[in-house]
Amino acid sequence: MLDEPTKARVRERLQALTAPVRLIHFTQELGCETCTDARLLLQDVAKLSERVQLEVYNLQLERAHAAALGIDRVPATVVANGRGARIRFLGLPVGYEFATLLEAILDVSSGHSHLQPETIARLQQIQQPIHLQVYVTPT
Amino acid sequence: MRLAHQLALESEQITADMVEAAEFPDLVQRYGIRAVPHVVINGRTAFVGALPEAEFVARVLEAAGIATKPGQQS
Repeated sequence: MLDEPTKARVRERLQALTAPVRLIHFTQELGCETCTDARLLLQDVAKLSERVQLEVYNLQLERAHAAALGIDRVPATVVANGRGARIRFLGLPVGYEFATLLEAILDVSSGHSHLQPETIARLQQIQQPIHLQVYVTPT
Repeated sequence: MRLAHQLALESEQITADMVEAAEFPDLVQRYGIRAVPHVVINGRTAFVGALPEAEFVARVLEAAGIATKPGQQS
C-alpha cells in the first residue's frame, strides 16, 4: 500500500516510539470494500517499527472480542497501550487520516496528549463515559 | 481529527472514533452528515466544523452535563 519514499518517512517518524503500541484490527473477507486495503496498510506500518504490534481479527469469528472493545463494523482499528484502548479508526485511514493514524500511534506510545494544561485539568471533571465520533472524508 | 483522540488519551472516560464517512452510509444517514468534520457526542450531533481546543473541550463538557464556557478555568 505504501510506496518506498512514504515507507522511509514513516519509518523515520516511528523511530520516535518509546513504548510498544498495539494496533488491534478487525476485518472480514466478504462485504467490505476497504478491508483488504486497510489490512495491507496496517501490515506495511507494522513492518516499519518493531514497537508497532499488529493483531488482526475476523469480526465474524471474534464477535465477543470486538464487542468488548465496542467494535461492531469493519474495517476497525484500535490504537492501544497498556492503559487503554479508547482511540479508534473506522474505515480506511488514507490521505490526511493516515497522518492522524501516525500521530495516534506516536501519542499512545508516549502517553502524552500534547493538550494544554488547562484542557487536561478540565477533562478531570468528566465522571461519565463519553463517546466521541468524528466523521471525516478521505482527502 | 486528532483532537478527539488526544482527549481520549487524557481521560479514561472518553472513547474517540475517527470515522470515514463515505464507508458507512447508514451512519451518514443516521446523523444527517452533509459536511465534515461532523462531531457526534454520545449519539447526538454536537457540531460541524473544526473548533479550537478550548471550544472543543467546552462542547464535550457540555455533553457530559458540566457547564462551562470556552477559556473558563475548572
